[in-house]
Amino acid sequence: MAFNYEKYLRIQKMPTLWCWGCGDGVILKAFVRAIEKMGVSQDDVCVISGIGCSGRFSSYVDFNTIHTTHGRTVAYATGVKLARPDKLVVCVAGDGDALAIGGNHTIHGCRRNIDMTMIVINNFIYGLTNSQTSPTTPKGMWTVTQKAGNIDPTFDTCDLAIASGASFVARESMLDPKKLEKILIKSMEHKGFSMMEVLSNCHINLGRKNKMVSAMENLEWIDSITTPKKKYDALSEEEQLNLLPTGILKQDTEADEYCDMYAEIQKAQQGQRKPISQDDFAKKI
Amino acid sequence: MATREVISTGNELSAIAAVDAGCKFFGGYPLTPSSEVMHVISDLLPKVGGVSIQMEDEIAGICCVIGAAMAGDRALTATSGPGMSLKAENLGLAQMAEVPLVCVNVMRGGPSTGLPTRVSQGDIKQSSNPSHGDYRSITLCAGSLAECYTETVRAFNLADRFMQPVIVLLDETIGHMHGKADLPTVEDVKAGIVPRKTFDGPAEEYFPYECGPTEAATLNPMFEGYRYHYTGLHHDKNGFPTEEIETCRKLIQRLEDKVMAHQDEIELNEEFMCDDLTGADGEVLIIAYGSVSLAAKESIRHLRAAGIKAGLFRPITIWPSPADRIKHFTDKIKNVLVVELNIRQYTEEIERASGRLDIEGLYKVNGRAISPHEIVSKVKEVF
Repeated sequence: MAFNYEKYLRIQKMPTLWCWGCGDGVILKAFVRAIEKMGVSQDDVCVISGIGCSGRFSSYVDFNTIHTTHGRTVAYATGVKLARPDKLVVCVAGDGDALAIGGNHTIHGCRRNIDMTMIVINNFIYGLTNSQTSPTTPKGMWTVTQKAGNIDPTFDTCDLAIASGASFVARESMLDPKKLEKILIKSMEHKGFSMMEVLSNCHINLGRKNKMVSAMENLEWIDSITTPKKKYDALSEEEQLNLLPTGILKQDTEADEYCDMYAEIQKAQQGQRKPISQDDFAKKI
Repeated sequence: MATREVISTGNELSAIAAVDAGCKFFGGYPLTPSSEVMHVISDLLPKVGGVSIQMEDEIAGICCVIGAAMAGDRALTATSGPGMSLKAENLGLAQMAEVPLVCVNVMRGGPSTGLPTRVSQGDIKQSSNPSHGDYRSITLCAGSLAECYTETVRAFNLADRFMQPVIVLLDETIGHMHGKADLPTVEDVKAGIVPRKTFDGPAEEYFPYECGPTEAATLNPMFEGYRYHYTGLHHDKNGFPTEEIETCRKLIQRLEDKVMAHQDEIELNEEFMCDDLTGADGEVLIIAYGSVSLAAKESIRHLRAAGIKAGLFRPITIWPSPADRIKHFTDKIKNVLVVELNIRQYTEEIERASGRLDIEGLYKVNGRAISPHEIVSKVKEVF
């Protein structure tokens, strides 16, 4: 049976502002299909986006939606989730959003482990504003702010999330929408902070000056830089150098979730339990 | 109305007031001299089922408060000047998207890191427009310990009435002042709570931003079956981005007019010993606000004892300014002295309201309070 996209998409807001062939639409569809499969009511979902092409994600999906300031999705989401811990809260951010201007919130979101999912749509460039360097732009590529070639070292979104303490970290590209849908479900069903990096194409503002003038060429490049984690782990360090592993990279189901911990604080302050001490935690420092 | 006597500090009273006014969420970052607000409220909120969180920075502090307010909670943040500067952009989003919240600013010396532990009223101008763009701020300024409580309560009710952030200005002196305060009872505070307006008709007939030219948006809490969109972009009646010329104009004009058309609901002043200032030469009107007004009142007692008729006009609602009331007094009284812990920040507003350029001023920007004696000397010197 054909999937009823009209139930979840704000069709009256279409066409999107995304360019023809943009991967963001594929991610949008995979996302709403994942929500349908999870069986969550639209009224119980909050989608929070930042600024950039990915920032428009929230206006196209029929949930409780917030289009925030640049880089602040996780900070807004923290307030929403702590105020209504029983709701599904999803952030959608771009690479500039999540790793440049909003880097601090991303780090501390991962650290706190509040139950929410952060989808970082990484297209390796500032697309909406015409090709400025992002923290994930590969070194040597042309950008409008570094026309002689980008010399800035790149951030690895997933490495950052793992190091910062996110309890679920995964990477997928939009090349395989079915796989993406499945991993999106896993990331949203995970209790704790889930970092879900999705690699996407921007053949217009990344590709055309970097020898990937069509969506297909840009996608072939994404395909060439990704490999499943299992294969990646079997490679030598040298072979791993220019590859990004895909799939679930970290999943810790034991980590304390912040809203649950805060409920303990409430109990302690209400005299229903003794104050929290170091003895309550396996890891003391 | 029944009152109760408490012994406390300004910062603590502000935190207690928030909880009594139904605040369920606090988000912030420690910033001297405002930190005690978080110290106190982080204890109080979990007791009433609320949440207090120390965020990674000032920006995250205001952002999570906006998120909680969108979810439907009464929400508070507290900071000082450097934090206000950092919060500015997101206060702008709350103005644009019409999200009610309260932001307490305990003023310290500036600019920049300034004088972290010393008093100032240097954020008066900033509090009228902390963010870029056009909107109308509502800013209240506590002039006593009791007002740290009552103005915080009033701020929550005004925020929900006008659907926008309300700034409560304390200053270091009053925030850290420790003493007795006569407060309204908690029962009276709770009875006076006016929650934000909500829509309860069918979802397909709900247009959160469709309202009259001087009305605030009707934003139902999220997750209650009315799905809509928040954005900092210019938006239509459903909250979706638009660049349609007339919609954009009407939106920004409404952000101005929803406040200015209802100034009578917002304005609050104190007129201390002003009844016999009829305009004859030799009489003095002092204009002061915040902690400075305490010294001004003391100076007025000294001046009157010395045979000089003096009175104090004290705006409690700083923005929008009580321009008509200021003009009422400045039209009748020749000698006007503004006393403030900054350089002419509110004097310029009084010049605008009064149309006079002969307003005298006593200004201090070294982090120290102004004494009653200094005010008496200034009056005797200039008038």
